[in-house]
This record gives sequence, structure tokens and C-alpha cells, in this order.
Amino acid sequence: MNRRDYLLRKFGLSLVTILVVVIINFLLFRVLPGDPVRSVIGRNVRISAETQKALREQFGLDKPVFPDQFFDTLGQWARGNLGISWSLRRPVSEILISKLGNTLLLIGLGQILAIIFGVLLGLLAGWKRKTAIDVGALTFSLIAWAIPTFWLGIILLAAGSTWLGLPTGGIVSPANTGKPLHTVIPDLARHLILPTLTLTILYLGEYMLIMRSSILEVLSEDYILTAKAKGMSHWQVLRKHALKNAMLPIVTLIALNLGFTVSGAIYIETVFSYDGLGKLFQTALTKQDYPLLQGAFLLLAISVIVANMIADLLYTYLDPRIKAT
Amino acid sequence: MNERWILFKRNVTDFWRTFRRNKLGLIGAVLVLSAVLVAVFAPAFSPYKPTDVIRDENGRGLTFAPPSVHGPLGTDDAGRDVWTQLVYGARISIMVGFLAGFIAMFIGSLFGITAGYYGGSVDTLLMRITDILLVIPDLPLMLVLVATMRQMDLHISPLIVLVIVIGLLYWTSTARLIRSQVLTIKERQFVARARAIGAGHAHIIRKHILPQIMPLIVANTVLILSTAILVESGLAFLGLGDPTQPSWGTMLNFAFDRSAITNGAWWFYLPPGFAIVWVTLGCVLLGNVLEEMLNPRLTEHHLEGEQHMVSLPDAQSLSGSGSEAVS
Repeated sequence: MNRRDYLLRKFGLSLVTILVVVIINFLLFRVLPGDPVRSVIGRNVRISAETQKALREQFGLDKPVFPDQFFDTLGQWARGNLGISWSLRRPVSEILISKLGNTLLLIGLGQILAIIFGVLLGLLAGWKRKTAIDVGALTFSLIAWAIPTFWLGIILLAAGSTWLGLPTGGIVSPANTGKPLHTVIPDLARHLILPTLTLTILYLGEYMLIMRSSILEVLSEDYILTAKAKGMSHWQVLRKHALKNAMLPIVTLIALNLGFTVSGAIYIETVFSYDGLGKLFQTALTKQDYPLLQGAFLLLAISVIVANMIADLLYTYLDPRIKAT
Repeated sequence: MNERWILFKRNVTDFWRTFRRNKLGLIGAVLVLSAVLVAVFAPAFSPYKPTDVIRDENGRGLTFAPPSVHGPLGTDDAGRDVWTQLVYGARISIMVGFLAGFIAMFIGSLFGITAGYYGGSVDTLLMRITDILLVIPDLPLMLVLVATMRQMDLHISPLIVLVIVIGLLYWTSTARLIRSQVLTIKERQFVARARAIGAGHAHIIRKHILPQIMPLIVANTVLILSTAILVESGLAFLGLGDPTQPSWGTMLNFAFDRSAITNGAWWFYLPPGFAIVWVTLGCVLLGNVLEEMLNPRLTEHHLEGEQHMVSLPDAQSLSGSGSEAVS
């Protein structure tokens, strides 16, 4: 397939996916009892009937749901207007932006560490197949898969705070709240250790498994046999011929994993009361703050879809086989 | 009928012979079966009810009593027996997991068979749907769905809501797997022959395709069960379970919310997690072994064994053998 056609198809699919997310978000908002006017007036029931009616008209709620209301809402979302949070009484988009950085910091750190250790261990496990290293690596990834994210977080939280004196939650100590994060890096780092560790342990296993099976596949190719026949050492074969080719599936996995990473962030931020999007999502859920919930869902889903598309794009540059027409 | 029975019996014996040799699979089967047994016969494993409050001699509730003071696993924040809750929680966790897993398996098989067998635009459409579902982050989607469904006054138990949402979201991997398998079976000769003698689509799918992919479906279902149980525990931990029928995830939600960690009540927050790992690990081990047996892959690669392909004689042995040859 032509690379341009391939990219166009992927791009088209991403657009359709975003549309599906938008429609789900719109529909869910409509089936809820009450209507979006509540999202503006919050729980303030003392607003007069006339004002409510005026608000309804202002929001076009007297118009048909489709197409008028749908496209109105779509236009609002496109302009970044996601409504007002019921519980926090602030614009949803403003709240989301204020938490985004913290979450990116946490999942970025966790992912990078997981990729580095996962690739190294997977390489080792595949190369030294059927040895103690391999069995150990496989056992680890199996258990990491079977452990619920939040429970691992709870264990590390309990162990880390009791035995290592690490903070039990938050992103900085109470004394440092409100200060710009780059001025309190040592404190921030202490708070990041446990959540990052949880994230790393959880995602490491998967990278390791993929790297292992990928390196096994590459090592069964004939060009590896040729390289070996030329008298190259194992290490040379791995470095010059195997590693680059085996790394390809990791790129796809990073993209596919983004969805799981978002799930992980929701659990981990909840357990460690880490002030990010995941914790926000959980708070919105328990407080039944629907505008906030919908806004957070929209943001998370669209970022994951876009990231997937970028990964696909990257992949076409990395995999020479896709270039062929 | 009799011949088919003999054939079936031989297949089962063959299967058992291979399976028995696989230790991991056996461990998995034991883990899963033991948990199911505990769930089914829960009342036999504890003298209490999950809601019973354990009291001391003065009639006060024993809150956060460690295992050394009460029972095998102590009590929770309200003085209820943790072991009893764990045993009864098995019922909820396993039931929700199994029901959701079966829904997912059913949808996945249906989509997979339809897409693989009919091909063409049906295939494209169904596969695009799985592509779309695959990219939307699952937990946020589930949370939004569950939250909305609970708000809609549908008058169904929160557990059923969980079953429906998990079942409706986790069928994509099954659909892909089944589809690829159906694609290869469809090209086999016996299907072509059946078609040549005028067999209809329904007949071919029922009599020729389904029996071939059934083992794969079974193996995959076991794997899906582990996902379903894990996901249920997560949703319940976030407070979406049924507080009146606590699953292991709900227990962890209670433990976390009612500060079992700061109270050092490890007997409250550790056992439910171990129980979840017990079952999911069992399902994964069992499912992987079943899949491996039904879908054998490569067993060796080129860098295994010796560093050199031909054993190079070293200098000493070369000269040695040389001198021998001369003399």
C-alpha cells in the first residue's frame, strides 16, 4: 500500500473515532435527567422560572436536539467551551488545563522508565530464552498483569510511607502548595517516587513481553543466521541486526498503551491523591459533576486518539516495509 | 452417536494427557477452580454473615481487630469479619466477571465469525468498529457510561450495570482472533466441498467453522474472564460497585476510604487484592496454556545453543592431530 493512502486512511479513521466520541459524549449528556441549564446554574435552585426559561432559550434548548442542538454544542466544544463544573463552579476547560501538566509529568516519567527497563529486560529474556532470567522476567510480567493497578498503589503507599517515610499523597507538601513546581523540585520528586514506581512496574511487564516476543521473531529470521555464520558474536548480532528491527512493535505499543496509561493515571492519582486529571475524573465521578466528567472524558479520549495517529505516522517512517507501493 | 462419543472421549483423553504435563496450566486450573468452589459454597466457609458485627465480652463492636485478636483475617472498620466478606465477595467478583466475560465472548465470536466468513464490506465495517473501540480509552468511557446509566433511574442493580458495560466493551480482541482463524478455515477444502454440494451459509458455519474454532473460543474466554474480573475490581474500587453486595473491589474501596492504611489494618486491604490476583493469575495461566496447546508456535531461534555453528578446532588440537597424521 502507498504510504499516502495508508496515512489518509488512518487519518480518516481517527476523525471518525473522534466523531464517535463526540456523539457518545453529546448523547450521554442528553439522556441524563434534567438538562444542561443545570450545568450553568449549578445546584442553585432559587433561580426564577423566567430566568431558567431565558437560559433555556439562550442555550437553544427549545430547538430540536438534532441538528440544531448537536451542532451548537459541537461549536461550543470546538471553541473550548465545555460548560461550568457543578462542584467547583469554574469553567471546565480552565480546570482541565490546570491539571493537565501534573498528569503529563506523572505518566511521562512512568512511561519512559517502563520503556527503558522493559526493552532491556525483554531483550535479555528473549536472547537468553528458557534460562532463569527468561523465566523470572515472564513470571514478573504475568504477576504485574494480574495485579490490580490501584492495589499495587495501595501496597506501595503503605510500605513506602511506613518504612521509607515517603509522603502519603499530594503532589507537594502542604507548606509548598501554590508555589511554582520548578522551585520545589526535591519535594516534588519525593512525592513522585511512589506513583511513578507504581506506573513503571505496571507497564514494564507489557513492554518486556512485547520486546521478548519481537526479539524472538527477529532472531528466527534467516539474516540472523547469516550474520552468525559470518562469525559475529551474539552481542554484535543483537546490536547491529536484531535490536532495530525488534524495536518496531514497541512504537505501536506505546500508542496502544496510552489508553491503558490514562486508566492507570485515574487509579494511581486516586490512590496517591495526586492532583491531576485522573484524580479530577474520580472526584467528578463521586460528586456526580457531569459537565466536569464529560469534559474530562472528551479531553482524555481525543488526546489518546490523536496520539495514536501520531504513532501511526511515526511508524510509517520507521518501518521501511510500508514505503513500498 | 456412539462413534461420535468415542471420538469425543478420545479427544478429551488426548487433551488431558497434554494438559497434565503442563504444570502452569494445572496451577491455573487449581487457582480458578478453588476460587469458584469457595464462591459457590461460601456459607460453608464461615460461621458468620458478611454483615454480622463481631463483639467483645462487653458487647462493643471490635473495630480494626488484627488477626491475632479475631478470626483468620481480623475485622474491618465496622467490626465485621474480613474473612467472611472475602468469601462472600468471591461470589460477586466471580459472578460479575463471568457474566461480563460471557457477554464479551458472545459478541466477539459473533462479530469475528461474521466478519471472517462473509468478508467484503461486512468485514470492513465490523473491523472498523473494533478499530474505533480499540482507540477510545476504556476506563474513562466505562466510568462515563456507568455514571450515566446509574443516573438514568433504570432500576437495575449496579452490578448488572457493571456486567453490561464491561461485556459491551471487551469483545474486540476476541473478534479479531476469531476472525483471523475463520479466514484460514474458510479457505480449507472441506468448506469448499460443503459449498460445492450446496450447503448454505448457516450450515457451513454451524457444522464446519464453529467446531473448528470452538477450542480457541474457550481458551480466549478464560483470558477474557481475567480481564473482566480485573476491570470489575477497578470500577468497584472507584466506588461504582454495589455497597450492599460488596465484591473484592468494593472491599478495597471501603478499606481505602475508611483509612485502613493509616490504621495499619493490612488484614483489611491485603486479602481482597490477593484474592483478585489469585483468580486473574489462574485465568491467565489456564488461558495461555489452552491457547498454546491449540495454537502451537515456534519453539527455537537461531541464537540458542552454541556460539559457533561449526566447532572450530583450536591451534593445539590442530597441530596435535597434524603431527599424528605425519607420524
